[in-house]
Amino acid sequence: MTGYILRRIGQAVIVLLGVTILVFILQHLLPGSIARAIIGPRASAAQLAAFNREYGLDRALPVQYFSFLNQVVHGNLGYSFKQNTSVDAIVLHDLPNDIVLVGTSLVLALLIAIPLGIAQAVRRNKLTDYTATGVSFLLYSMPAYLLGLLLISVFAVNLRLLPAEAPQEPTIAGVLSDPAGLVLPIATLTLVTCALFSRYMRSSAIESLAQDYIRTARAKGLGQFAILSRHLLRNSLIPVVTLVGISLPGILTFGLIVEELFNFPGIGLAYFNAAVNGDYPVVFGVTVLVALATVAGNLFADVAYAILDPRVRYD
Amino acid sequence: MTDRDDSRLLGSLTVAAGQAGPWDADGHAVRQDAAWRMILRAFTENRLALTGLIMVVAVALFCFVGPLLWPTDQVHTNALLVNKPPSAQHPLGTTNLGYDVLGRLMVGGQSSLLVGIAVAVIATGFGVVYGVVAGYFGGPVDSVLMRIVDVVLAVPVVYLFIDLASEFKPTLLLLIAVLALLSWLGPARLVRGETLSLRVREYVQAVRIMGGRSGRIIFRHLVPNTMGTITVNATFQVADAILTLAVLSYLGFSLPPPAATWGGMLQDGVNFLYDGYWWEIYPAGLMIVITVVAFNFIGDGLRDSLDVRLQRR
Repeated sequence: MTGYILRRIGQAVIVLLGVTILVFILQHLLPGSIARAIIGPRASAAQLAAFNREYGLDRALPVQYFSFLNQVVHGNLGYSFKQNTSVDAIVLHDLPNDIVLVGTSLVLALLIAIPLGIAQAVRRNKLTDYTATGVSFLLYSMPAYLLGLLLISVFAVNLRLLPAEAPQEPTIAGVLSDPAGLVLPIATLTLVTCALFSRYMRSSAIESLAQDYIRTARAKGLGQFAILSRHLLRNSLIPVVTLVGISLPGILTFGLIVEELFNFPGIGLAYFNAAVNGDYPVVFGVTVLVALATVAGNLFADVAYAILDPRVRYD
Repeated sequence: MTDRDDSRLLGSLTVAAGQAGPWDADGHAVRQDAAWRMILRAFTENRLALTGLIMVVAVALFCFVGPLLWPTDQVHTNALLVNKPPSAQHPLGTTNLGYDVLGRLMVGGQSSLLVGIAVAVIATGFGVVYGVVAGYFGGPVDSVLMRIVDVVLAVPVVYLFIDLASEFKPTLLLLIAVLALLSWLGPARLVRGETLSLRVREYVQAVRIMGGRSGRIIFRHLVPNTMGTITVNATFQVADAILTLAVLSYLGFSLPPPAATWGGMLQDGVNFLYDGYWWEIYPAGLMIVITVVAFNFIGDGLRDSLDVRLQRR
């Protein structure tokens, strides 16, 4: 198993290198040049040349790549000329807000999807199962922002119960001081994440229910609740680790849309605004960061799975 | 219960058909016939798949035949008909540019369906070849090809299209290309996994012993045997592509007017949420949901009937 984990870590490093190469290529594929994107369409050739010399953009591409890689490895994601601040500062400032939004939604989604999946598996092909499957099917087939719009139109426009906007104070203290504003963004992200999880949870619980140890537990005379909580639940938690790991990019994409829809002061919104304003250092810095989170999530899922489930053999 | 038993039976038939085929003089034809018959049978025996198919046919008729029965001008704006609520002349009202919403749903659906299906075909086709090559050759070829897939999967490429929106005027072809570029990774991984188990089967060894080249093994034996997985995955691809297309419209990457897509209509309608112009939002949203649900129904039904195991679905 140690060999497997080491090999898996090696793979992750290779993939991360690939990610930086891809992002570097994308940067240089931009229409126009980096210099023009930053100092504007009316800059003269001499100004462009001066800019390129100052920022090392006139060096050979491999040299530029290694300098870019060096920066990334040292935790420097770039510098936003438009906002006159480093990308790291922007990310660190918004990160706590995202942990609140994405973290809360993720925990809530798991707290709903796991028991729901088990309930569906136990009452398979009964009304409970059909209802839950139907609802998750509907949520799964809906663009995330349409769900957000529905929630806004019902709870903010018609019932006037909740604000249609996320907290507008951009600091974490400000976000937490307006809990009412957090309800709709978190509810939207929780529901779409839940829909992503629940189909998987159901089939995973159905598979676990057919295992021998469940039959053994039944034969021992254990009650239904004890079987579900002690045997089924614990065994169903293992694939959840994988599920969270591989769903991370999807959840972050949903997060971007939710942040844009509710004007939530998170990294997703910062990214969106940067993209619209042509603030490329932020765009590519966050892209590298999200890719890093994705690779780390996958690696974590695989390693945790190998440790948690001794039945799985790796060669 | 009978449903399940049937699907097991069909599952074993899959294997039987796949293994019997290559020994025939005309094995290729027999095997493909069997695959298509199986899919046909899945539709007739699985209520979910049949419901999905009927819904898809209904949506397609609405989009492509509808404009013949309900001709509307979806090119020229009409300032006299701005934001009109539903009436006899305009059963679903009009948009902020005076387009008839019902007629626009039909036209918008044409591009949404075309994009969805084209993306599924292109992405699946490329992904299958890529996955089979990786799985069949194995070793360093496999490692390199699969690491490339991992890299592209890790980079949130969808995000980058927010930038492109300001640089390019999207056309139907560009949208298809962009979405296909995002979508081939899933089938590539699935098919590679399946090829790993198929390539050690006896019939593949037999072909090799008889002097069959790699190309023959890949295209006449391995690819046809992944038909079940491919078909089911392609169906989900259509659903996903239509959803992603809508999300891209929301992020600003969409066909420029007067062309219409459901996602673009939804995006335009969002501005009128607070004015209560529901007809500019919900009909388009409903069409997206109905179509995506329909393709997901087909995918789920086929998966059960063909006994295909897909990761995460």
